[in-house]
Amino acid sequence: MRSYLARRLISLIPVALGVVTLTFALIHLIPGDPVIAMLGDNASPADIVSLRHRLGLDRPLWDQYAAFLYGIVHGDLGRSISTNEPVARLIAERFPATVELAIAGLAMAILIAFPLGFAAGANPGRAIDIGAMGFAIVGVSIPHIYLGPLLMIVFSLNLGWLPLTGRGGLSHLILPALTLGAALAAVLARMLRQSLASAGAADYVRTALAKGLSRRAALVRHALRNAITPVVTLLGLQLGGLLTGTIVTEMIFSWPGLGRLLITAISARDYPLVEGCVLTFALTYVIVNLLTDLAYGLIDPRIRVE
Amino acid sequence: MKRHRFSVSLVVGVLLVGTLILCAIAGPLIVRVNPEAIDLAHTLAPPGPGHWLGCDALGRDLLARILWGARISLGVSSVVIALSVIAGSLIGGFAALAGGRTDELVMRAVDIVLAFPGFLLAIALAAILGPGLPDLVIALAAMGWTSYARLVRGELLALRERDFTVAARALGARSARLLVRHLLPALSGPLMVQASFGIGGIIVAEAALSFLGLGVLPPAPSWGNMLDSGRAFILVAPHLTTAPGVAIGLAVLGFNLLGDGLAQMFGS
Repeated sequence: MRSYLARRLISLIPVALGVVTLTFALIHLIPGDPVIAMLGDNASPADIVSLRHRLGLDRPLWDQYAAFLYGIVHGDLGRSISTNEPVARLIAERFPATVELAIAGLAMAILIAFPLGFAAGANPGRAIDIGAMGFAIVGVSIPHIYLGPLLMIVFSLNLGWLPLTGRGGLSHLILPALTLGAALAAVLARMLRQSLASAGAADYVRTALAKGLSRRAALVRHALRNAITPVVTLLGLQLGGLLTGTIVTEMIFSWPGLGRLLITAISARDYPLVEGCVLTFALTYVIVNLLTDLAYGLIDPRIRVE
Repeated sequence: MKRHRFSVSLVVGVLLVGTLILCAIAGPLIVRVNPEAIDLAHTLAPPGPGHWLGCDALGRDLLARILWGARISLGVSSVVIALSVIAGSLIGGFAALAGGRTDELVMRAVDIVLAFPGFLLAIALAAILGPGLPDLVIALAAMGWTSYARLVRGELLALRERDFTVAARALGARSARLLVRHLLPALSGPLMVQASFGIGGIIVAEAALSFLGLGVLPPAPSWGNMLDSGRAFILVAPHLTTAPGVAIGLAVLGFNLLGDGLAQMFGS
């Protein structure tokens, strides 16, 4: 496992460098002048020159890139144009809220997907299977920009059970987590149903049943462990969607996280802050992918050998 | 001859997608109401005769806006998918056919773009390019092409070893003929399946970008910006969010079922 961990950590370096370079290229190489975009068409030439100098955009591209890399390594992402505060501090203040939301969304997705997928996969073709899979296909089709407001109408406005917006205790977290995790829950439930149904028909399950194990015990002890690997693979592939899903979810529920900071920065044309937020999201995704790879290694020893 | 299985998913998917296309093409011709015409006498009017889905905060007819929104949504997602498939196929095809170092280099670049969450890339590009339809298309296509590049490369590498390719080559077929007559037809199935699932994703991404104010800007009707402007009236006029929400949901459901059905049909 240690050499597997080392190999994965080494492979992280070029990917992280690529992601950093892509973020830099997005802001610095795309046609159009960010300074004009920030100041507007009627800005005076003196203001344009001054802001360009302040942002370092008057320096050669390679110099800007080197400064960008140096800044990242030293935790300096520049200063926000609108508030003049360090970008790194603004991000550090908001990041925990996004992590909290993403983890809650993931937990919600797993909590819904596993019982649903297990019930369907253990009873293929029965009413419970058809019902669960119908629910899953509806779940994957409802966009979260609609599900969020819908949940607000039902649980906050009509029933008054949960708070409408903002961040606070557990009660504030339920609706945003449900909005964020619903589509993932549906996708995972479908995959678990599929792989459990095929694992349930395998020879080793038949052997376990012949030895006198109940069907439920055979499924839980033998089939589930094999059925779980494709679910974890799919989960890994979907985590990017979950992470970026926080952006829309935070906007719906006025959740004070990184996504809301990014959209506010875009509206204010605060490019250093936009760059910092995009970079943080992208690097978080790279790290989450690494953790998923390590999880595969733990679940399936064959992966460690490859 | 190979018999194709027409599943329930495929039939329902074709029906939903067909209805959606029909609504987008013929709807605005049948409901001849200007979707941007303001009528303050009908502010937040509930669904009823004259305005079958009701009116928004500026008294604009919701049905007309939904139908015109279908044109924008379907139009944008079709162009985005076409661009993604073409760009992805060219890049993936080039990598597979070139092989060796070139293949490795191209696929590493694809991996780096894939290591960047797609929707974040679209948001960043939309933020830098600014709102507007052409920029929206570029932002969304930048998010989607990588999966097609991987698919085409993988399929081409596998197809190269198949008996029919070896046989065609043994009979003297040149690379171009091999590609056009044998490889591309074999690729069309997996590409159709992926594109069908992809359109659903693009419809949601377009709606989400418009919802965030980074896509289609009001007063032009888009399902995403309709949902966003309807949120302020969620208590007094829930139909403002329900209509575009259901439209997006049905469109995504249709393309997902179509993708499911096609996958079963092609046995992938």
